[in-house]
Amino acid sequence: MSSATPNAGGEHKLEQEDFEPRILVFCCNWCSYAGADLAGVSRLQMPPHFRVIRVMCSARVDPEFVLRAFQKGADGVLVAGCHPADCHYIGGNYRTRRRIALLRILLQQFGFDPGRLKLEWISAGEGERFQKTIVEFTDVVNELGPSPVRGGD
Amino acid sequence: MADKIKIAQYWGAGCGGCDVALLDIDAKILDVHAIAEVVFWPIGFDGKLSEIEAMPDKSITVSFYNGAIRNSENEHVAKVLREKSAVMIAFGSCACFGGTPGLANVTNKKEVFQTVYKDTASTDNPDFVTPQTQLKVPEGELDLPEFYDSVKTLDEVVDVDYFMPGCPPTVNLIALAVDAVAKHVTEGADLPPKGAVIASDKTLCDECDRERVETGRRIEKIYQSYEIKADPKKCLLDQGIICIGPATRAGCGSMCPKANMPCRGCMGPTKAVMDHGGSMLSALSSLLNITDSESKLSEEQIMELMMQVKDPLGTFYAFTLPKSLLKRTVTEKRKRKG
Repeated sequence: MSSATPNAGGEHKLEQEDFEPRILVFCCNWCSYAGADLAGVSRLQMPPHFRVIRVMCSARVDPEFVLRAFQKGADGVLVAGCHPADCHYIGGNYRTRRRIALLRILLQQFGFDPGRLKLEWISAGEGERFQKTIVEFTDVVNELGPSPVRGGD
Repeated sequence: MADKIKIAQYWGAGCGGCDVALLDIDAKILDVHAIAEVVFWPIGFDGKLSEIEAMPDKSITVSFYNGAIRNSENEHVAKVLREKSAVMIAFGSCACFGGTPGLANVTNKKEVFQTVYKDTASTDNPDFVTPQTQLKVPEGELDLPEFYDSVKTLDEVVDVDYFMPGCPPTVNLIALAVDAVAKHVTEGADLPPKGAVIASDKTLCDECDRERVETGRRIEKIYQSYEIKADPKKCLLDQGIICIGPATRAGCGSMCPKANMPCRGCMGPTKAVMDHGGSMLSALSSLLNITDSESKLSEEQIMELMMQVKDPLGTFYAFTLPKSLLKRTVTEKRKRKG
C-alpha cells in the first residue's frame, strides 16, 4: 500500500512482538451478554483483548457497524447471538447469519481475511462456550496479525 | 456582459456524460445564458487553465466539477477552481462518490499500469513503457500528471458546497440547481444550506410506482436481470432481481425501474447512511426467504444461499466505493495456516 491509501492512518508500524489484538464483540442482550456475564462471574480466564458492546439483538448489528469497526482499525469482530430457534425476537438471528455470511464474502473482496469476522451462538447458560470462543478467536486474530487497515505497509 | 455571473465546468476522471447532461436541459439553457458567462469548459471550448489561475479569488460564481480525482491534474484543477469560485458543486456521481472510476479502488496504480500498458491483448509494449511524471527531452522537460493509487472523491481534496449526484444528474435536478442559482443572482434569494444534496432526502423506493408486497416480503431466489423477464408492474426486488433502490437516494424519478431495469445506486446513499453497500447488504439479506426448517440449516447452507449474490462489492458499491467506510481494498500481510 502506498501513502495514498486513505486507510493507512498515522499509526506506526506494528511489530509482531508488541501486537495486542483489538477485538470488538457484539453480544445480544438476551443470550450472549448473559453468557459473557456468566463467564465473568465464574472467573473463567480469557485473553483481555476484547471489548463488548451490548445490543438488544444480534440482528441490531448493522453491517455498517462491522465495516466501521474495521475502518477504525479493529483486528477482529465477533458477533454473538442466541442459538437458532432461541431468538428472543423469534427470527433476528436468522437475519444476522445471512448478513454475516454475505459480509464475510464482502470483506474478502475488500482484501480482509474473512476469519476476522466471526459469528457464534452463545446462550445465557454457556459461559464456558463464551470463554472458549474468545480464546479461539483471539488465537485466530493473533495468527493473522494487525489489521491491514492499521498495520501500515 | 459585465453583470453576468461566471460559471465553470470541469471534468476530472469522468466519461463526459455530465458535460453533455448540462446541455440536456433544453430551453433552460437560455436561462443559463441570460445570467451567466461560461469562463472555463474544456469539453466545450478552448480555454487555458492559466487564464483561470490569473483570475481574482472567488470571481467565478459557480463551478461544476464532474468526475473523480484520479491523478494530480484532477486535484490541481479542483483546487484552482475552489479558490476561484464562490460556490463549488460536485456534479455527478463520480465527483460525489467516486462513481464507476472509483471501482478501480479494488486495485492500485501498479496493477492498473500492468493491465493497461502490458497485459491487454492489443498492447505491444515489450519494454513496458509507462507514463512518467517527468521526461527530459532535447527541447526541455515534459511532464504528465501523477496517477494515484486510489480514486478520491472531490470532497476529499477540496471543500464542496453542494452535491448533485446522478450518473449523470437528471435534467430536473440540474434545472433545480440552475433555478436556485438564478433566483439567488436575480432576486437575492437564499442559496440552499452548505453541504446540501440537490436531490430528495427519501429513498428511491419512496418514489418508485411499482407494486410491492407490504408485509411478509420474501425472496426465494436471486436472479441476474438477464435471467428472467421481469414483470413491469411488480417490485423488482420482490421478483428476486437485486435493485439497490432501498439503499439509494431518490430524486432521479426512478428512471431505471420505469424502464424495467433495477436501480444500480448512482444517486448514492441517503443522509442517514454512512455506507451505501452496507445498507444494501442489510436490506437484501433480510429479504431472503426464511422457512420453518430454518433452525436446521447449517452455516454452509447459509453461505451457499448468500453466494447467490455474485460480486457483492461490485453490486453494492457500483458508484460509491471511494465514499464507503473502507474506501478501497487492503492487503493482508499474512495468510492463515490451513
